[in-house]
Amino acid sequence: MMDTTVRLPGLTLKNPVLTASGTFGFGLEFEDFGDLRTLGGIVVKGMSLKPRQGNPMPRVAETACGMLNAIGIQNPGVESFIKNKLPHLPWEDTAIIANLYACTAEEFGELADILSAEEGVAALEVNVSCPNVKEGGAAFGQDPVQIGRVTEAVKAKARNKPVMVKLSPNVADIGVCARAAEAGGADMLSLINTVTGMAVDLVTRKPLLANVIGGLSGPAIKPVALRCVHQAVRAVKIPIIGLGGIVTARDALEFILVGAHAIQVGTANFLRPDAAFRLVQQLPKDMEIIGIGSLDELRGTLVLPGA
Amino acid sequence: MKLCKKVKVVDVRPFGQPMTAGPEFFELRLENPGWDEWKPGQFVMLRPTSFGLEHVWARPFSIAMCDKQELTLFIQRVGRGTAHIAALEPGDHVLVWGPLGTSFVQEPDTHTLLLAGGVGIAPFKGYAILHPKRDNLRLVFAHRASARCYPYEQLADAVKAERVQEEKPEHLARVITLLHERISQYADGLVLACGPAPFLTTVRKYALEYGARCQLSLENRMACGVGACLGCVTPGVDGENRRVCVEGPVFWAQDIALGGGK
Ligand SMILES: Cc1cc2nc3c(=O)[nH]c(=O)nc-3n(C[C@H](O)[C@H](O)[C@H](O)COP(=O)(O)OP(=O)(O)OC[C@H]3O[C@@H](n4cnc5c(N)ncnc54)[C@H](O)[C@@H]3O)c2cc1C
Ligand SMILES: Cc1cc2nc3c(=O)[nH]c(=O)nc-3n(C[C@H](O)[C@H](O)[C@H](O)COP(=O)(O)O)c2cc1C
Ligand code: FES
Repeated sequence: MMDTTVRLPGLTLKNPVLTASGTFGFGLEFEDFGDLRTLGGIVVKGMSLKPRQGNPMPRVAETACGMLNAIGIQNPGVESFIKNKLPHLPWEDTAIIANLYACTAEEFGELADILSAEEGVAALEVNVSCPNVKEGGAAFGQDPVQIGRVTEAVKAKARNKPVMVKLSPNVADIGVCARAAEAGGADMLSLINTVTGMAVDLVTRKPLLANVIGGLSGPAIKPVALRCVHQAVRAVKIPIIGLGGIVTARDALEFILVGAHAIQVGTANFLRPDAAFRLVQQLPKDMEIIGIGSLDELRGTLVLPGA
Repeated sequence: MKLCKKVKVVDVRPFGQPMTAGPEFFELRLENPGWDEWKPGQFVMLRPTSFGLEHVWARPFSIAMCDKQELTLFIQRVGRGTAHIAALEPGDHVLVWGPLGTSFVQEPDTHTLLLAGGVGIAPFKGYAILHPKRDNLRLVFAHRASARCYPYEQLADAVKAERVQEEKPEHLARVITLLHERISQYADGLVLACGPAPFLTTVRKYALEYGARCQLSLENRMACGVGACLGCVTPGVDGENRRVCVEGPVFWAQDIALGGGK
């Protein structure tokens, strides 16, 4: 038996495969396509204190080897998640990770307080992509000071739940952002969120998204994601969860090679609804093919020129 | 229960055109994916192997018919994705997940008006075949390309049917006039419609005006087809978004705020 267990601070995963927030709903949408308990974990749709309807339509567009989205965190609110979704999830058998979305450090703290009281929540993932209207409109995630502040606010209310901060690639120096989250007390990091982008229609002369600008995801961004993970691994000591364009088990292993502890599967869930389940099945087979008995044998063993 | 399965292409049959490669209108016949049940109005997500990594979304299509042996879809080639599908050959494999979404109501004893715009005719094929009292059905078909490009003749053999062609923009008025007239005759019946958004907006307007019970099947862009991405939503009259792939594609006309109106 191949050992795929991943030990993270305060969180043990049976395998390194998590599903990415916003691409796997609340998990329940995929029950017909595979056994949720076989997954390493499920990061559920981003949630806010109050329900949100999100951005106007159209808010998704397919692009070459990827897609743009500007959903705008449509969600039923944290109370509804706890009441209507969490009890139906197999949280005793797989890690359910809540994804927190707020626009002030105080709101992040409140969300953390509510969610960390739930036995069924294994960890908190912090999405810092909200535009900071008070300070010029750039996303929280683009300002290391704000990243630190939000991380502290969540950590202060997280009780015994591990906190992972999800970093944006749309920054000049991902290492600085990674260090800011680490200094704020993050137990681990996840990266990357989507890459800002846009698409236009030459016939109608309109943007394909009503929001004009959206976030690019899918295989098109995998090289950006690998680069970010590579740089973040070098900048901090806390474990990193890699994502961005992962479709196959070999893609997943590439992120481990670069130094990630675990990975998330996002847009690949749209290529086929059983993608994450298949990746879990395929992983030990590909580990055998490349000749490793555990992920530790591969993790961070990237051979760099001149080494 | 929804299934995600790789199935074999049985046939790609062009409509209204000679047997050319990559037809514009065609019927796609697939092996039955092993479903226990389905209902007319429901759809599938379809992904040919040739999408590779270039197309990260499958494409949604109404189920035209499904029996023990075969699943039949009716498809118009409009862009890159449907071009890949039009190029399929018997023996090729495609990935299919479904059956998905809601279906049209069936009330055998109610006079039912079927309104189809273009390829929106697809779900009515199965609807008519499976209806126990076809005498109670009447089809109005509005189309741009020649009627031979669609499964219209097959349907006209089964139910009372009439059609109106919109070859030029000036013809739009006669489509609207016909929709208006027929819907006014079904005020105490049932009106079921499938077609492009402006077509549905018109149908909705007259159905609400005459108080006819009316269902509309929407065709929003879809990424996942299973309710996870929230990319396909349409606003309800209460301001709450509905997922077209789960709470739809078939909605009661009074529940959704099509075209911004109430
Ligand atoms: C529930 C449902 C049922 C459908 N049933 C049928 C059917 O039975 N037969 C059929 O031929 N088509 C049907 N469609 C539409 C079909 O899915 C689109 O035509 C197809 O996805 C276009 O893919 P493409 O890559 O060729 O086009 P693209 O290159 O992506 O786009 C070409 C054009 O089609 C439009 N388009 C793209 N995606 C969609 C979409 N999902 N719906 C409507 N327009 C779109 C684009 O805005 C653009 O103008 C259905 C759609 C839905 C949501
Ligand atoms: C439709 C959609 C919705 C998303 N919603 C969220 C969200 O609510 N919270 C979040 O942190 N990330 C969200 N993401 C970002 C993904 O979790 C992920 O970081 C990104 O898509 C890159 O991974 P991928 O290329 O594997 O998809 C969303 C992505 C998509 C495509
Ligand atoms: S297509 Fe993803 S929620 Fe409807």
